[in-house]
Amino acid sequence: MSAQLLAELTVFILAVFVGIEVISKVPTTLHTPLMSATNAIHGIVLVGAILVAGTFDAPFNQIVGVILVILASLNVFGGFTVTERMLQMFRPRTPQPQKKDGD
Amino acid sequence: MAQIAANPVDYAYLATAILFILGLRYLSSPKTARFGNRLAALGMLIALVAVLTQGIVQWWVIGIGIVVGAAIGIYSGRAVKMTAMPQMVALFNGAGGGAAALVAAGELLKLTNAGDGVLPFDQTFTIMLTSVIGAISFAGSIMAFLKLQEVMTGRPIVYPGQQVVNAFILLLVVVSSTLVIMNVNGLTWYTVALLAALVLGVLFVLPIGGADMPVIVSLLNSFTGVAAAATGFVLANNVLVISGALVGASGTLLTVMMGKAMNRSITNVLFGAFGSIKTTTGAAGSGAAQNVRSVTPTDVAALVAYANQVIIVPGYGMAVAQAQHSVRELADQLEKRGVEVKYAIHPVAGRMPGHMNVLLAEANVPYEALYDMDDINPEFERTDVALVIGANDVTNPAARSDKNSPIYGMPILDVDKAANIIVLKRSMKPGFAGIDNPLYDNPKTAMLFGDAKKSIDSVVSAVKAL
Repeated sequence: MSAQLLAELTVFILAVFVGIEVISKVPTTLHTPLMSATNAIHGIVLVGAILVAGTFDAPFNQIVGVILVILASLNVFGGFTVTERMLQMFRPRTPQPQKKDGD
Repeated sequence: MAQIAANPVDYAYLATAILFILGLRYLSSPKTARFGNRLAALGMLIALVAVLTQGIVQWWVIGIGIVVGAAIGIYSGRAVKMTAMPQMVALFNGAGGGAAALVAAGELLKLTNAGDGVLPFDQTFTIMLTSVIGAISFAGSIMAFLKLQEVMTGRPIVYPGQQVVNAFILLLVVVSSTLVIMNVNGLTWYTVALLAALVLGVLFVLPIGGADMPVIVSLLNSFTGVAAAATGFVLANNVLVISGALVGASGTLLTVMMGKAMNRSITNVLFGAFGSIKTTTGAAGSGAAQNVRSVTPTDVAALVAYANQVIIVPGYGMAVAQAQHSVRELADQLEKRGVEVKYAIHPVAGRMPGHMNVLLAEANVPYEALYDMDDINPEFERTDVALVIGANDVTNPAARSDKNSPIYGMPILDVDKAANIIVLKRSMKPGFAGIDNPLYDNPKTAMLFGDAKKSIDSVVSAVKAL
């Protein structure tokens, strides 16, 4: 194993621990938004997609490149949009008791 | 010797990693969660702007890709109904996994064309890791999507020798990947490995039933996370490594939690084909023979309107019928009459972790009214009416008592301890697990048959008329 891969592996392991630490504090109520948010975060492969697809030469590769960037962008933009929509709905109990007069 | 100065882009990536971690940190409270999501989105934006400065030659490839992907993503993300969230998340997850695999494939092509034929172990190994996990996640997520969208049956699909076939495909993946790593006829074996991984992704989701979907959706999420991290190894990019690790940890944690909530190990979920023994031969009709008591919406209204405490137990059936708004209306009516209304949420109710919470949040149910299984179970004894709306297996007392039941040992909501139980159901068909529910035979139980939304609406008008 190269020194570089080992260094990256180290970063990976540490990040896993940070992830467990941070995510175990998320209450069950927010598990769906959490999943959706982490889903959007792994859309970071778009960075890799851009690095790779941006330098494709052959026409076939370029078509694959477009598909690749579409997939990754779908992941990023769809993921954050959906998470935002979910989170908009979570609100605390409002003290105002049903203001419907009449009965 | 002067030190090598850091690439400015790496500062941006560092900022991104910090923003992702902080974003997830703020997700720990409903009050700050939106801010957290925006921090994460900001982090993503920074990384994207940074990467666009990195020697891109084919701008049109990137431009078209981002515009089309963003347009579809934002449009579908806005248009999708809250009830369809699990399949949407599965689809985006698959897109991420597929992208990771393609990045690795592209990198391999580039290296093969540029090099002298023999690629270093580090590169081939990480490329294979990314490709295989990414492809499994892609194909598995598409299958999960098809099942959740009910394009294909949500029931487990099993056939004789299934494990053998799966084991053979897995072996094929391992062998062909090893050949690529050893630089034997790289591209040919790479294609074999990639195709085999895709097939494996399809096959391993086939026997998963609807009730196990929360586990599988979490697991696939974790796969894509690991694939993204592996992409980071391929491209020597730390922000990918860190983000992927965070997602991998999150997905794994949720998978374990879901597994615990069903008292089943991950291997059991993957290879157990939940309840398939009973579902294979028309067991669906056997439930009709049960001795059940059926009631009208008016009966239900009278019961709940004069109760002290009502616990609502929502399940996937509520999602299917889109009954969450009607349920909320019923709760409002009851609370106006001084009835205490609580919601009991089983960890695996629905098709993804926290599915019910999101649906009820959509209907403006305050999150403080939602109770976890452990908090609500002692309450059932003191409850006049437990209103079960489209939930089945998570209320099945056989999980406590019947050692032969496939769900024996699964922690359940102790609905049967309430003074009265009302079960809303479309018909007497067993749930996704295909197991008869003795709860329905209980003398305390009354069944209200029909579409959950229509039933609840009728109950609401009956309560108003009282």
